[in-house]
Amino acid sequence: MAFDSFYEFLAMGGHAPYVWSAWGVTALLLITTVWHARVEQRQLLKGLKRRARRANSARGSTQ
Amino acid sequence: MWAFIHKLGSPKWFYGISAKLQPWFWAAAALLIVTGSLWGLAFAPADYQQGNSFRIIYVHVPAAFLAQSIFIAMAVSGLVFMVWKIKVADMAAAVMAPLGAAMTFVALFSGAVWGVPTWGTWWMWDARLTSMLILLFLYLGVIALRGAFTSRDSASRAASVLAMVGVINIPIIKYSVDWWYTLHQPASFTLTSRPAMPTEMWLPLVIMVLGFYSFFIALTLMRTRSEILRREANKRWVQELVTGQAEEAR
Repeated sequence: MAFDSFYEFLAMGGHAPYVWSAWGVTALLLITTVWHARVEQRQLLKGLKRRARRANSARGSTQ
Repeated sequence: MWAFIHKLGSPKWFYGISAKLQPWFWAAAALLIVTGSLWGLAFAPADYQQGNSFRIIYVHVPAAFLAQSIFIAMAVSGLVFMVWKIKVADMAAAVMAPLGAAMTFVALFSGAVWGVPTWGTWWMWDARLTSMLILLFLYLGVIALRGAFTSRDSASRAASVLAMVGVINIPIIKYSVDWWYTLHQPASFTLTSRPAMPTEMWLPLVIMVLGFYSFFIALTLMRTRSEILRREANKRWVQELVTGQAEEAR
């Protein structure tokens, strides 16, 4: 451990605003990216399934 | 070789193989980034000159590496698409651009924040910083260009050409610290010599860099799969895949 206490870790030897904002923005962007990719995938699959169901029922009603 | 390239170029094949590869890259990314972050933030010793502000290096350098690597990957994909008409290459190039822009932003932002305690300024119009800002604009240009055409093929070709031309900026970024007098220090890492840092400082950095690369690969696989579904929605195999899944869900 490079720090003696958790408080010292947070304080970063007086450099807390710099260290934590740089790390915070990085973490935020990485997490948002993954979240966006998951939402994108889920919505695409949902849309495709809905379309397939509609095509199926259309085929069913003409028979 | 040709058979392999054609297989790789088949969206259906890519959709299958990427599903198998994806979890490994996500696992590696998570493991490496968590380990590297804990090590870099809490265990690496403080720098004797910069104190704890040097811990920004563990996000700044991996982001800057990715920002440049993604642009090269995008240009190569563009070339592959233009020469061999391989659509998967264009899909991959399309999904890479936003992550590349995000990583360029992270490199610029973390660098600016780091500059305040270290250089006494958050911005300077010096060669390294300016060429990085140009990289951000190139990414935004590629993204905007893709949205500016009604025809997908025209959009893909325009974006490929911009990526291939814009890649000239990458060696300029790399050598900017040697060619011009800049505030930015020269590369901390070279392949030919040992880094001028103690092991417990550079090892977490190597871990973070590898973690960021795994993240990039995992995300690109995942989003290329989504892009395949979007563009191949009318293909038979996609419809079969979707209805098969729908039946499973029931």
